[in-house]
Amino acid sequence: MKVSLIQHQPVLGDLRANLEWSCQQIAAEVAQGSDLMVFPELSLTGYLLKDLTPETAVTIDSPEVQQLIEATGQAAALVGLVLESDQFSFYNAAVLISDGAVRHVHRKVYLPTYGMFDEQRHLAAGDRFEVVELPLGGGASWRIGVLVCEDLWHPSSPYLLSRAGVDLLLCPSSSPGRGVGSGEGELGSAASYGAMLRTYSELFTVFAVYCNRVGFEDGFHFWGGSRVLGPDGRLLAGPLADAADVLRAELDRGDLRRARIAFPLLRDERIDLVERQLGLATDD
Amino acid sequence: MTDLSINSELVAGILTDFIRDEVLKVGSRGVVVGISGGIDSALSAQLAVAALGPAAVTGLALPYRESTTSSLEDARLVASELGIEMLVIEISPQIDAYFAQFPEADSTRRGNKMARERMSILYDISATRSALVLGTSNKSELLLGYSTLWGDGAHALNPLGDLYKTQVFQLARQLGLPQQIVDKAPSADLFAGQSDEQDLGFSYAQADRILFQLIDERRTPAELPELGLDPALVALIWERVRRSQFKRRPPLIAKLSSRSIGQDFRYPRDWGH
Repeated sequence: MKVSLIQHQPVLGDLRANLEWSCQQIAAEVAQGSDLMVFPELSLTGYLLKDLTPETAVTIDSPEVQQLIEATGQAAALVGLVLESDQFSFYNAAVLISDGAVRHVHRKVYLPTYGMFDEQRHLAAGDRFEVVELPLGGGASWRIGVLVCEDLWHPSSPYLLSRAGVDLLLCPSSSPGRGVGSGEGELGSAASYGAMLRTYSELFTVFAVYCNRVGFEDGFHFWGGSRVLGPDGRLLAGPLADAADVLRAELDRGDLRRARIAFPLLRDERIDLVERQLGLATDD
Repeated sequence: MTDLSINSELVAGILTDFIRDEVLKVGSRGVVVGISGGIDSALSAQLAVAALGPAAVTGLALPYRESTTSSLEDARLVASELGIEMLVIEISPQIDAYFAQFPEADSTRRGNKMARERMSILYDISATRSALVLGTSNKSELLLGYSTLWGDGAHALNPLGDLYKTQVFQLARQLGLPQQIVDKAPSADLFAGQSDEQDLGFSYAQADRILFQLIDERRTPAELPELGLDPALVALIWERVRRSQFKRRPPLIAKLSSRSIGQDFRYPRDWGH
């Protein structure tokens, strides 16, 4: 299965320009033989939207989403957008499109509202992590779960997806860089994501696709670093440098089988124990 | 349809308290305010006098040799009505000396330079009196970007910043500003015969109705024609607002560290006061 990570810089608040550009990228990657295109968080709108949030929102049945569906054709694409509900709430969503329809919507659960972040001021939070099964790359079925940026910082998120049987984590991100101490080999935030992705892919024995964006918005610096990790925690492709680029990788389901034979961590996971202790904690 | 009218008594009370509170609690003794002879600066000065008394307010008239003569007369009228001291400082020598090097400079360049020269003098005089610089920019000008960055846009306190020009007129009338100040056509007075509304290409009355719907009522540009507002003018004004956003925000700092000024170092401006 061939995946393309589209690491780019959207135009802040210009839905039309970003949509046109995204459809061109999808067409170009499909022409290259890609089965799955992954875009960064909020790829159709840009990140630091503030009052632009409702102005750039779309609904699932909007012409914009229809245009993405048509561009994607038989392949699959994960696109970041602001999703408006019929209650007029706005979600930071990643929409998985394939074969003529929206197959899955993940609404970002953890909206950072601390330090430099202010997402809860403008956005509503999702309330679940779900796995969707999708045939990709010649028919093999993949069990896909989506974690958007801050969702990764809560280990319960990949844990819940793991319990739901995930084998491919898609992690779109708009991570602003911070931490430039001379003792660090890289940006502090880049080091954190590197550590999390490696840990999750290895401990949950899953593929992890991390697609971050690049560019600046009001001084926020997005650092790129998009990458693909195998179910043994090793880098399969990337990380990309801090510039607009496309990362292409081929994922072999045989890696999953080999990793889970070598490290049967999922088989041995004591879910009964977890449920008992968490249940007791809740009862208390 | 669009009702921009305000409770003048309530607004005047809040703005008077605002000036008094913000000036006195930071240890300042008063304010200096540029008096142009126009309605905005007259109203700002009047509110400052109501807040602090006339002895704590210094008016500065900063004419250029091409400024309309009646402007200086109007500025003197405002100062005498309010009973405040007024300094008249000509800015022609330094402006002319500077532009002698750039004779080709157009009226926008010259006007901006004059606005920044006035700002520089206001800040200099304010330091001699332990005073704050009082701004005179209204919400219409701020939203339309009809101001000079770091010129008239630079000040410590801005009592009129949340009042549309239409509302400034209403408040000025009800507070009894001199009729000739209230009645004259708004002008930046950067050159003879200049008029805000000619510069802008629309009237403040038109702009304020549109801005009020877009900003205060949170309507989208597409929703305004059904209220009888001209779609072309709506588009023009909304684009002006978008293009001038940089004037309403502090300069950008590239985030490097884990705690950056403005992003995650966010103490209030009134820190400790």
